[in-house]
Amino acid sequence: MIYTKKGVNIIGAGLSGLLAAMTLAERGIECAVYSSQPSERAQSVLAEGGINAALDTMGEKDSPDEHYNDTMKGGCYIASEDAVKGLTDNAPDMVKKLCRLGVPFNRDKGRLLLRNFGGQKKKRTAFAKSSTGKIIMTALIDEVRKYENKGLVKRYPHHELIDMTTINGRLESFAVRDSFSGEVFSVTGSTILCTGGLNGFFEGVTTGTTQNTGNAAAIAFDAGVLMSGLEFIQYHPTTIGICGKRMLISEAARGEGGRLYILRDGKPWYFMEDKYPELKNLMPRDVVSREMFFASREYGGEIFLDMTGIKDTIWEKRLSDLREEIISYIHIDPRITPVPVSPGIHFFMGGIYTDNRHKTNIDGLYAAGEAACIYHGANRLGGNSMLGAVYGGMTAALSAAETAGEIRQSKPDGNACNDHMFGSSVMIREQLRDILLSGLGIVRNENELLQSLDKLSLLEKEKNIGATDQKRIRLGKAMILSALKRKESRGAHYRMDFPETSDKYRKQSVALYHNEKIEIDFCHPGDALKEVQK
Amino acid sequence: MRSVLKILRRDRGDNRSHWQCFEYESQSESDTVAAALNSINSRNKLVDINGAPARAIEWEHSCLQKKCGACAMVINGKPCLACGTKLSELGSGCITIQPLKKFPVICDLVVDRSILFENLKRMRAWLENDPYLSEGFQDLAYESSECIQCGCCLEVCPNFYTGGSFFGMSVLPVTMRIISESAEYRELSKLYSKHIYNGCGKSLACKKICPKGIDTEKMLVNANILAVWKRKKR
Repeated sequence: MIYTKKGVNIIGAGLSGLLAAMTLAERGIECAVYSSQPSERAQSVLAEGGINAALDTMGEKDSPDEHYNDTMKGGCYIASEDAVKGLTDNAPDMVKKLCRLGVPFNRDKGRLLLRNFGGQKKKRTAFAKSSTGKIIMTALIDEVRKYENKGLVKRYPHHELIDMTTINGRLESFAVRDSFSGEVFSVTGSTILCTGGLNGFFEGVTTGTTQNTGNAAAIAFDAGVLMSGLEFIQYHPTTIGICGKRMLISEAARGEGGRLYILRDGKPWYFMEDKYPELKNLMPRDVVSREMFFASREYGGEIFLDMTGIKDTIWEKRLSDLREEIISYIHIDPRITPVPVSPGIHFFMGGIYTDNRHKTNIDGLYAAGEAACIYHGANRLGGNSMLGAVYGGMTAALSAAETAGEIRQSKPDGNACNDHMFGSSVMIREQLRDILLSGLGIVRNENELLQSLDKLSLLEKEKNIGATDQKRIRLGKAMILSALKRKESRGAHYRMDFPETSDKYRKQSVALYHNEKIEIDFCHPGDALKEVQK
Repeated sequence: MRSVLKILRRDRGDNRSHWQCFEYESQSESDTVAAALNSINSRNKLVDINGAPARAIEWEHSCLQKKCGACAMVINGKPCLACGTKLSELGSGCITIQPLKKFPVICDLVVDRSILFENLKRMRAWLENDPYLSEGFQDLAYESSECIQCGCCLEVCPNFYTGGSFFGMSVLPVTMRIISESAEYRELSKLYSKHIYNGCGKSLACKKICPKGIDTEKMLVNANILAVWKRKKR
């Protein structure tokens, strides 16, 4: 062992990881932050539109209760009520805290400005133009730097999680590899996983980063960590394919007046406005993406996001980066010309199951941010992801602080790592992605899901598959099985063969890898730890 | 469009580099260097232009849309982001790709940029108390917060070298913002003078090269007013 001290390990240095580090350091608890790249490269810097909090600065009589109701409704009532209550009640304090850390949110005459976002009738989303994630991250990185200097936060950038061991429901250790030196060492002690969502399973076709491989979730699942809500994948309505990924057109574009249309008999048809006269283009993302899917199927051709009605001052003061990006990557000036868009994979409501205090089923292991499944139910509202990451990171840290014992790090071993241990081949990753995509589209059915499952079983049996790829395929199977077993439509999970929502499934799906089998079950929201232990 | 990518390669733990060329056929006019590297690496059996087997090209990448700074490298002699550099803009012929030169090379195009973060720690760039958050400063605070710590500004700076007391412009946006937001910044002003003001020769090559378009000159002027000329705030 090279050192032993009281503290907490954090894996991941994005928004939730930094919040966790800051929260622990503020209380004088040391933490070690492992991340594959520095915080500046984390996926959180891509978040654009804003962060929700019922601060009621716009004279609309907003309240945390309304934020709670919208979040529960948007998530189709399968998130834990207590967890969401904690999230929405604390949201105003979280945003005020970010202000105190120096985040330059848009303001006007001393008042914090809020903008409209999907699934919410009132203005509730605080923002910094259209790069809110990046701007918040910069302030948090500065704050955590203070604690790095005090020795309370020790960073391990370029360190990747490659293995995890649990014994009798307790976290025994995890292993990380220094991608610069190739050395591997193991670490013990209370640990918070802030490793992001599952977009690495869909390489090249999501709005996320290439840094997110999804390996951390696959490793955790294999080690017996309970997962939940794996069938719920958010397709963001407005994305554009660019080299190697989907580029996001923030929901803020619709919040500020952008309109979706398709050509019907040669004329623009603003289908969202006709079908949903109240929230129009700002219906929850699952609804908008599905409507786009159906409109496109019926009338053919592309769907456009018409932002030509947005005033120049709004572009300049609130959406400047967005316009530059669109011009830079697709050579269209959105002030003048409508932009062709289509839904793309953006967020994973599912992930590591946690209770209201962000504890997983494994003692000593916590999860926060997009890695965790807790607040968003069957569909996340825009503006709630950054809120979930900051509040979740803080809550997980407070829980971990209660049990913080010694953390130990083993001596690095330059020879411990070989391809079999963390090997993942491009070919297998691409096959896995294509199989998952064919089953887990915006609209699903049993036949396609069964076909995907069969293909995964065949892929699993191929020769020379590395350990990491085996784990990835296993978690992929759990995603397909979760979608297969939810024989209803709810939020982002739409089944052509079961188009109605059924009260029978007003539950969270949970997936566990146990005795070399994947078990899928349905539990009352928030009670999975009790029910699974039975 | 067919391109030849001439890449400076180095094995991990080795101190010698060598050039290796790869062919790449663009899929569209907006193909970037990042797309080309990605595509080359996803080939089943990677071979170089001469048909010799090659290992995958190591390079850092993350957002692929100019928001994270991971893929900074030297392309045709100019430091830039691979994801923001279109092949069509580089013209026909051979495109040379090298790692950033002012940082230790780990492998191929991967360099160790930890000096960027170490210098920010040495600058003690953080808030000690609640910030002013004045509305007049909002746009500048936003612009400075957009710095992605890619290191391109250091690469072109005639005065910066790793280990020197001049920290370069990568620490400027954060420092300027913290000084502007703080009520008490005497200590930070001293560090600013020592590690930024005194060493900067005002070539402003950093301003021209910044992939985020951060106006370092404006940042310098603002920081100078407070930290060097000691004019009162607001």
